[in-house]
Amino acid sequence: MISKGTERIRNCFINLKRAEKTGLITFITAGDPTLEISTNIFSQLPQAGADIIEIGMPFSDPMADGPAIQASSLRALKSGTTCSKILKMVEKFREQDEITPVILMGYFNPIYTYGVEKFVADASSVGVDGFIIVDLPPEETEMRIPVEDAGLSLIYLTSPTTYNKRVPDVVRNASGFIYHVSVLGITGTTAPSNKNIEKDLNRIRSHTDLPIAVGFGIKTPEQAREISVYADAVVVGSAFVNKISECLDIDGKVIDDCVISVVDLVKDIKCGLNN
Amino acid sequence: MNKLNTYKEGPNESGHFGIFGGRYVAETLMPIILEVDKAYTQAKLDEEFNIELEKYLKHYVGRPSPLYFAERLTKKLGGAKIYFKREDLNHTGAHKVNNCMGQILLARHMGKKRIIAETGAGMHGVATATVCALFDLSCTIYMGATDIKRQSANVMRMRMLGAEIIPVTSGTGTLKDAMNDALRDWVANVQNTYYLIGTVAGPHPYPSMVRDFQAIIGKETKRQILELEGRLPDSLVACIGGGSNAMGLFYPFLDDPVKITAVEASGKGVGTGKHAASITAGSPGVLHGNRTFLLQDDEGQIIDAHSISAGLDYPGIGPEHSWLHDVGRVEYVAVNDDEAVNAFHVCARLEGIIPALEPAHAVAHIIKVAGNLSEDHLMILNMCGRGDKDMDTVSDYLANINND
Repeated sequence: MISKGTERIRNCFINLKRAEKTGLITFITAGDPTLEISTNIFSQLPQAGADIIEIGMPFSDPMADGPAIQASSLRALKSGTTCSKILKMVEKFREQDEITPVILMGYFNPIYTYGVEKFVADASSVGVDGFIIVDLPPEETEMRIPVEDAGLSLIYLTSPTTYNKRVPDVVRNASGFIYHVSVLGITGTTAPSNKNIEKDLNRIRSHTDLPIAVGFGIKTPEQAREISVYADAVVVGSAFVNKISECLDIDGKVIDDCVISVVDLVKDIKCGLNN
Repeated sequence: MNKLNTYKEGPNESGHFGIFGGRYVAETLMPIILEVDKAYTQAKLDEEFNIELEKYLKHYVGRPSPLYFAERLTKKLGGAKIYFKREDLNHTGAHKVNNCMGQILLARHMGKKRIIAETGAGMHGVATATVCALFDLSCTIYMGATDIKRQSANVMRMRMLGAEIIPVTSGTGTLKDAMNDALRDWVANVQNTYYLIGTVAGPHPYPSMVRDFQAIIGKETKRQILELEGRLPDSLVACIGGGSNAMGLFYPFLDDPVKITAVEASGKGVGTGKHAASITAGSPGVLHGNRTFLLQDDEGQIIDAHSISAGLDYPGIGPEHSWLHDVGRVEYVAVNDDEAVNAFHVCARLEGIIPALEPAHAVAHIIKVAGNLSEDHLMILNMCGRGDKDMDTVSDYLANINND
């Protein structure tokens, strides 16, 4: 039987562990530069080496994101990306791939506007496995129950500022995996320091058995490899988003093959992780 | 609507006013926000903190600000007896400094050496730069590129005071975008930095903390009107962007039999889509750390606001206002650019007070309603800032009209 939701994420990490590998989680904004191109990119990510796919849901005011993902969100909104269209993309992806976990990542307002319960139900029915909602800390609980009831994962973030006494409060209701933000800052800016990551991951691991993915600031195969020593998975986002923007002219017109360009980088980073 | 026993209890411990408010921020910021909450909860009850704040408010800000009977405006409108609470006479020229003084003392208690802030019209930026100069703290102000252009006098003042101004070009380059970038800065520099939010918005505890620091306006007003007239006013009027001057005036009166009206900016008209009337024409959503009424499309994407007044040009409103609207305690109305500019001139010519374009919206509202009220109706308007900063905007507006 084919698993879904939290189960599908769990199986993914079990398989990675068995193979003694660190997973690669790829983040790309849905609809950047167009829905058609990003649908294409998503369909090729698993084969290129992505173990888990994170689909960015664009928001007009992405407060935790750096310039690369800000620009990407604006391009996606300009191309007409909506929550419903993103769910349709996932539905299409699931026609060809029932193994790779799909996580939606974004900000709360578009989901709140769609209707939390309806969104979770619709997402579950098309094959979404979990959510990372950047501006929904564990204190704001309104998505937790619907997500749990649907058998999906609400993935919480930890950060270098998440002090020891707070870690249990953050991980208590987490499922799927923990997303550790490796740097103080927004996405895609500074590179993380390995020493701090090791220290942070150790203190988080003392409170949870969930796998830990590390993200923010990882751009190259070398960095991915260094961090794979400590992490169960690494998240790469801005680097792919930059690849997409390099394929566009100043007016946002596509002048180069975004799909190949992103897929090549996924392969490179995967190589780095496997070395 | 069920009448509540008190409208002053909010927020609850998790920072909610009904369904509004809360703490919708990234995990990186949660610990510092909890730290600010804890520090503020202690400071509020700390006698020394309050004595120090009072001292600075009196001798540096120049409080209490006068409650002034606007006799010529009253005569001209031929109805309600109109008073102005003169927050425009504070040091730095607006009510913003009340909050900055409170928060800067808190930041010092917390040991933070670097202050960041967002600003729209520049009045909060000037007030922040002022208190940073006073206490020798590093000051970085995020300001939309559009606002830098239309409020150049305030940009100069901030620079004179030693602040670094960072122009924000994302979005429409106005207050909302400045707040995004200030939050991004805070995430990256959270260890040494205090974010001095200028209005009753943002994540808990900011909405209630800023309200408390601004409530001095309403407390003084209550005392002054009792001295002058021997009774409470019949109505209060204040303009509203994020809503800090309004909350400051209203809060001490929430449980009194006083009609309260807040005036939003309807820009070029609510029907044109170019406005800043979050309650009149918006819907609940989550932005900048709290749930509140927002200007947004059907997909939950935020729509850019428009107002001739940079200080009201924000697509949201403080969460406590959303709640006061929901429970029906405060009336929210809207006034457009044209009406505000007209009121700006009326106020200048009749009272010799050039109001900022923000309170000019409140003046425009009383021009509409005061004439229909009886002569024993006592009405208090919060004159929350002076108009020196708006000379260029108003002269551009007049030039455009003459060209049309």
